Amino acid sequence: MANHNLPSEHHESPEGTGWIWKVFWILLIVTTVEVALGIIKPEILMGKFLGTSVLNIIFIVLTLLKAFYIVAEFMHLKFERSNLIWTIALPVLILIPYLAFILLTEGGYMNVLMAQ
Amino acid sequence: MANGAVIEQNTSTLWGGGRQPFGASYGKLMMWFFLLSDALTFSGFLTAMGLYRFKYEETWPIAENVFTHFPFLHGEHPLLFVALMTFILIVSSVTMVMAVNAGHHNDKKGVVLWLGLTIVGGFTFLGSQAWEWYHFIHGDKGAVIAQDNTVYYLTEAGSEGKILSVFELVTGEKKPHGDHSEFTTEQLRNAFAANGSATLRLPGKGDKDGVKILSRKEAENVLASAEVIQGASLRANEYGNVLFADFFYFVTGFHGTHVFSGVVLNIIIFINVLMGTYERRGHYEMVEKVGLYWHFVDLVWVFVFTFFYLV
Repeated sequence: MANHNLPSEHHESPEGTGWIWKVFWILLIVTTVEVALGIIKPEILMGKFLGTSVLNIIFIVLTLLKAFYIVAEFMHLKFERSNLIWTIALPVLILIPYLAFILLTEGGYMNVLMAQ
Repeated sequence: MANGAVIEQNTSTLWGGGRQPFGASYGKLMMWFFLLSDALTFSGFLTAMGLYRFKYEETWPIAENVFTHFPFLHGEHPLLFVALMTFILIVSSVTMVMAVNAGHHNDKKGVVLWLGLTIVGGFTFLGSQAWEWYHFIHGDKGAVIAQDNTVYYLTEAGSEGKILSVFELVTGEKKPHGDHSEFTTEQLRNAFAANGSATLRLPGKGDKDGVKILSRKEAENVLASAEVIQGASLRANEYGNVLFADFFYFVTGFHGTHVFSGVVLNIIIFINVLMGTYERRGHYEMVEKVGLYWHFVDLVWVFVFTFFYLV
């Protein structure tokens, strides 16, 4: 009988709690920058880029940065075996951009069909 | 051959259980797979919202006109409250990592302290979300809904589309903090007729020319058959396109459900920690598994925050 309560193998992870607070400050600073940009909305960043404003692209990049730190550090994925890392990361990295691309570029056809 | 026996023994242990091909226990691996599918679910919701938002750009409200409240503060404070909610969730994520860390050292007291704080953070977030929903449901400024369900904000000519509340138009006074008095369409029409500079605008940011403000004549035409609308339900809302509120209720509600079930899981594990279940088991991996779920809830909020409030 396999014992389901066996612990996972031990993986190298940093000692102490310093790294946790480092990630906390990164997340906090990035969020503060986002909120500040969202309130000020600098005119210089309102230009169009890739179908939306430069500001929105900055928001999305900063969000992905935060997501990376949460998944890699807090969820400890960075320290897992590489087959686990890729099993989790690849479907997300392929399917979500694909879905976003299809809906945002080809989604217009739906409106044409609904109008008929 | 001696080697043959060794190989045979290896294959029997390979398939006999007890080995971890991913270097992670059964429960942890399954938690990862569940979170993977949940991530795809949430991305489905958010991209669907993006699709409709692009289609209905003119009537899709701008977040800073919708989420303007902050507890105990008067006036308009867009983004501040939701920034606070984000902060609460990040902090509770940190306390969860601390709990997992304490678990690695079999430090029961540490796990109790940090997991307890995580539960407090979870309840604080849920309370904040209830507060946010309360104000969203009751509405703020009120608006006008036309026969074709298009929502128009009240504004004054020459104010660059600055939103005028129904309260201000009807009573002529500044809307007091937390006021929820309701007005009839009749009152609105009369006040509109009496105020020569009042007009209507669309909620969205519009195209290059910015906010679309109606001429007085167009506004009068719309108002002849339109009705006053205050607050938000699933059928209609004062903020703009009906789908905006529907997506708001559904996505933040679905996320809130995750937070709630996360808090419930945390409480169950907390009780187990107190009872010494994991101390007897010799490891605190269960804390790590619910920790994964809790971080995922934080992760989803990071995206909800961006796509509902920032972009």
